[in-house]
Amino acid sequence: MTGSLAAASAAAPTATLPAHGIQSLAWLLLAFPVAGAAVLLLAGRRADRWGHLFGCVTVLAAFCYGVFAFVAQLGYPASRRSRDLNLYTWISVGRFHVNLGLLLDPLSMCFVLLITGVGSLILIYSIGYMAGDPDRRRFFAYMNVFIAAMLLLVLADNYLALYVGWEGVGLASYLLIGFWQFKPTAATAAKKAFVVNRVGDAGLTLAILLMFATFGTVSFSGVFGSVGGAGQGVTTALGLLLLLGACGKSAQLPLQSWLLDAMEGPTPVSALIHAATMVTAGVYLIVRSNPIYALSADARLAVTVVGAVTLLFGAIIGCAKDDIKKALAGSTMSQIGYMFLGAGLGPPGYAYAIALLLAHGFFKACLFLGAGSVMHGMNDEVNMRRYGALARLMPITLATFGIGYLAIIGMPPFSGFFTKDAVIEAAFDKGGTSGLLLGGAALLGAGITAFYMTRVMFMTFAGKPRWDPDVHPHESPPVMTWPMILLAIGSVVEGWFLIVNSRLADFLAPVVPPPPRPDKIISPYGFAALGMLVVGFLIAWAMYGRREVPRTAPAGHFPTVAARKDLYGDAVNESVLMRPGQWLTRLSVYFDNRGVDGLVNTLAAAVGGTSGRVRRIQTGFVRSYALSMFLGAALFVAAMLLVRL
Amino acid sequence: MSPAHYIALSAILFVIGGVGVLIRRNAIVIFMCVELMLNAANLAFVAFARMHHNLDGQVIAFFVMVVAAAEVVVGLAILMAMFRTRRSASVDDANLLKY
Repeated sequence: MTGSLAAASAAAPTATLPAHGIQSLAWLLLAFPVAGAAVLLLAGRRADRWGHLFGCVTVLAAFCYGVFAFVAQLGYPASRRSRDLNLYTWISVGRFHVNLGLLLDPLSMCFVLLITGVGSLILIYSIGYMAGDPDRRRFFAYMNVFIAAMLLLVLADNYLALYVGWEGVGLASYLLIGFWQFKPTAATAAKKAFVVNRVGDAGLTLAILLMFATFGTVSFSGVFGSVGGAGQGVTTALGLLLLLGACGKSAQLPLQSWLLDAMEGPTPVSALIHAATMVTAGVYLIVRSNPIYALSADARLAVTVVGAVTLLFGAIIGCAKDDIKKALAGSTMSQIGYMFLGAGLGPPGYAYAIALLLAHGFFKACLFLGAGSVMHGMNDEVNMRRYGALARLMPITLATFGIGYLAIIGMPPFSGFFTKDAVIEAAFDKGGTSGLLLGGAALLGAGITAFYMTRVMFMTFAGKPRWDPDVHPHESPPVMTWPMILLAIGSVVEGWFLIVNSRLADFLAPVVPPPPRPDKIISPYGFAALGMLVVGFLIAWAMYGRREVPRTAPAGHFPTVAARKDLYGDAVNESVLMRPGQWLTRLSVYFDNRGVDGLVNTLAAAVGGTSGRVRRIQTGFVRSYALSMFLGAALFVAAMLLVRL
Repeated sequence: MSPAHYIALSAILFVIGGVGVLIRRNAIVIFMCVELMLNAANLAFVAFARMHHNLDGQVIAFFVMVVAAAEVVVGLAILMAMFRTRRSASVDDANLLKY
């Protein structure tokens, strides 16, 4: 009964109605941060004194408008919540017709609130964090660009406008990762992020071109309306190409290598990239394209495999990093892997993937801002082996970071528990060997998550001080602690709020097929995950809590060394892609020099040599010229006579 | 005297002129040889005109004379200039324009 209902609702997507009322002002969502960026960049140094405040106000204004639009949306009945605001006809060439429109539906609304809400908190925090930086205004301008691009990405009602936002996010991340461009490592990291993202973007580009070639349209409604008539090959190709794009933006295997280097940017950038923008874009793309994935089991399987492998990959890297930000970056990779796993499971997992994404937005922002707060008090030291015993000196940071920690490891009743366990359970419920493998990977990942996060906690806050002599740790100013406190509150209540009574699943139901309603609050898999959590915690306690942490990293065994080197991700890229690429270029250069140039040069040399010899005829003696004239004339006359005869 | 003799004389004069142009080095002599060749041609024209009872050849002989006169003017001017700069009328000395 319920199954047939779900099938019916999935078969007939909810019609999109034109926006009116306050929602017809949805362009304001983009206009605010764009205006912020434009003013801050164009005003130049004149805006240095108030630029950071203006940058916060624009995003806060976007958030306030987002709340109003959200309330307006809740006022509509569930089936009439998808509203489209057509701004103008963007491209109209022959058969190709693209309207630039904003789609306000429950899915995009979740993202709007996450991006602007968490984004504003991070921006407010940045006022304190970047206080000493002479380029603070530029920083806020780029952050506004980032948020504007991400909002365009989630609000677009067609793939082409989404692509514009997608590229804008790539540009903003490049500018922000390389914000301290005087550091060669930061400049390289920015370039790496940009290049790796281009690889993913190629996938998205091809997907959009394939959509246009097959369906003649790139709008969500048009593509999803006619995707049912497309062949199996087309849907699988679309699913895999979109997955490639999503892998690039979300730092999933095999395009994961940029994320750890991206820690070169200022810490609020890492918080923004990891919590609210950028890496969530891939999950959004896959969940948004659910009608395509619904038709291709192969593409869904690919998504789950990528997710499962990456969640273990990221977690293992996180275990070995001594740099607090890189440990957190590994954990982001791992958590996004959970989201991909959930999204790849199809209707049983979409809503939980989004729930985990929203919860992750809060607790990961909380963790990153906490890490930034620790660095702020420790002269920008990032090596956790130089931390220790910060609990007493940074009580607020400890409390907020601790809540984020409990949330990410999935301790009940914090948000990670509800959302992550839902994904693990959905993976096991897939059934069969694949379900067992995917669920097992997710369960193992939960244990590793508990291990590395406990390790971070112990190394940072517990034990004896291992600081450098000139460091005087202190708590951060209120402008930094308040955003952390608000995010911590979110990390406590959000998971419960979203999952219990299937609130989020029901809210998203008009856009995303909902999962079956859970019959009990905690499943056996939930208990298993709790068991893994305890095991992970105990191992970490035995290694880093009970024993003293050495100030220099021990050599370690093979797995540790491998994880410190990002599990040889860069080495693989280097040997599989970079070196053969270099060989290819060298071969081309050789062929060009010897082959093409050789041919042309030989020809030129032959002409030159011949003429060098032939020019000797020009002796400069009038007599010889006269002789040749006479001979020529004689020859001519002879020829004439011969022909006439 | 049949006109054929005149043609033969013209041919002899032409050959003498041609050989003179080829083997002599003094520019003035070469010049005179060129004149000789022109006049040989004139003689041939007139002789052929006489042979064919047609005045065209005689008219052309006048044209040739005019051209020869003009040529003499230009040629002698060049010769003067050449002699002034290099104190020699030998054409072999004026051999700068070569490979």
